Amino acid sequence: MEYKITFNHYQQGLEQGKFLGLTCNACHSVIFPPAAVCRECGSSDLTPTELSGRGTLRTFTVVRVAPEGKKPPYIVAMAELDEGPWALGNLINMNPDAADMGLIGKRVSLGRHMVKGDTYASDDTWVLTFALKDA
Amino acid sequence: MRQVAIVGAAMTKFGVSEKTNLEMFAEAGLEAIARSNLEPRDMEALFFGNCLGDFEEGQLHMASFAHAELGLPVSAPATRFESACATATVATRHAALLVGAGVYDVVIAGGTERATKMGTPLATRTFAMASQAQHESSAGITFPGVFAMATHLYAHKYGIPLKDLKRHMAGVAVKNHYHGSMNPKAHFQKKIDIDMVLGGMMVADPLQLFDCCPFSDGAAAVVVANAGKAKDLIKNPIYIAGMGQASNGPLYLQKDLTRVRAREASIAQAYKEAGIGPDDLDVIELHDCFTIAEILALESFGVYDFGKAYDAATKGETALNGARVVVNPSGGLKAKGHPIGATGAAQITEIVEQLRGESGPRQVEGACIGLVDTLGGDLGTVCNIILTNRAN
Ligand SMILES: [Zn+2]
Repeated sequence: MEYKITFNHYQQGLEQGKFLGLTCNACHSVIFPPAAVCRECGSSDLTPTELSGRGTLRTFTVVRVAPEGKKPPYIVAMAELDEGPWALGNLINMNPDAADMGLIGKRVSLGRHMVKGDTYASDDTWVLTFALKDA
Repeated sequence: MRQVAIVGAAMTKFGVSEKTNLEMFAEAGLEAIARSNLEPRDMEALFFGNCLGDFEEGQLHMASFAHAELGLPVSAPATRFESACATATVATRHAALLVGAGVYDVVIAGGTERATKMGTPLATRTFAMASQAQHESSAGITFPGVFAMATHLYAHKYGIPLKDLKRHMAGVAVKNHYHGSMNPKAHFQKKIDIDMVLGGMMVADPLQLFDCCPFSDGAAAVVVANAGKAKDLIKNPIYIAGMGQASNGPLYLQKDLTRVRAREASIAQAYKEAGIGPDDLDVIELHDCFTIAEILALESFGVYDFGKAYDAATKGETALNGARVVVNPSGGLKAKGHPIGATGAAQITEIVEQLRGESGPRQVEGACIGLVDTLGGDLGTVCNIILTNRAN
């Protein structure tokens, strides 16, 4: 068994603004971020695909007590992507104090930003971002 | 499988401790062994829980040192378990499985944690290590943040105004602190009111300080024995009626965080083995790491329908002498405290004492069947143990 898209490959995609995922040839689910096997059916017969980068915001929080090394407040959110998977990332271009329940159901576009590594997770990592479509 | 019993259970006071992880564990462990009318040399194995000893004290491989601290024989293997906050329950379940399988007759299980040593920023960072590192903790998600996102989902899914939901969640905190006020082992032993909860500092919107359990120090341990031997040791063994454990992945795969699928799978296993259902439970110690977590758990158990447990505490249904079932008479993680590696064994200790009628002012009258529920990580591990005071 070999990974069709490794984490490193996925990260290179993000760097170029591409959202690399996989389509399952057995059940046609889309897997994002990429993994070794399909989460729905367990098949490893997967074909690389590129996601549209569009979705709908499902939930969020404003982190005000942050882990060592992070500067609060910031917004963490989950969005349902148009291809089916959910993703977790940071809602950006928005004042955290203005975040409220009205965000849920809003259309978002996917992006990414670089998060520097720390003492424990030393790799710099591209992390997903969401931005409101009408913002 | 042979029937398995808990013959002794003990915990230290939870709170802020000057003692080392090993000292706390030895205090709880030696007391659990003594209550079983046994000696350390009688223990055939140690199932040891600790999550963050490397960050708290620069100590890895703590199991073998805990083994030495208890004075166990060299022939008794000591193994460390780490399942985030569910650590000690998972350790105890594996102890019970091996006793049930006939590998051992008498073993000790439990855990210890010294979380306050780290301070809030490092503790928050290390707890976030239980979230998926590449995709989730890198985005700065924290444990309060996970349950905060579940709260927003819950309010939206069931059409409950957030303000109303928060008032009912505050009711969970008030109830559990009320219970904690009767527990001399609890981290917090003072009653609070709804205004205090709603006036607290915001931690992760919409969760405020009193929606969250504290970082605590403490240890707890249980002695697990073959039921055939248990009766010879003590007059009131508590029997394991059923157990369950299940796993789920990162948040992005869990999607709707109001449905804790690992808990639904775990409790189904435990009910099936015990041959009981939600209406048979007399007392529950569940994983109220955050106020919303108690609501989600009661729905996973089937004690309430989905979307219906949010006002259970404010209606008084889950308090001592409440109408439905007593939930977290110890004060729960909220008030009793949450030394993560020890929590599960402390929940078992509370249920054992409840089923023996030893809980004093917070005794649930006539309790026969109790449920232990411990959740690890961001809803990724759940372990359940159903206990009863009746041999089958
Ligand atoms: Zn598939």
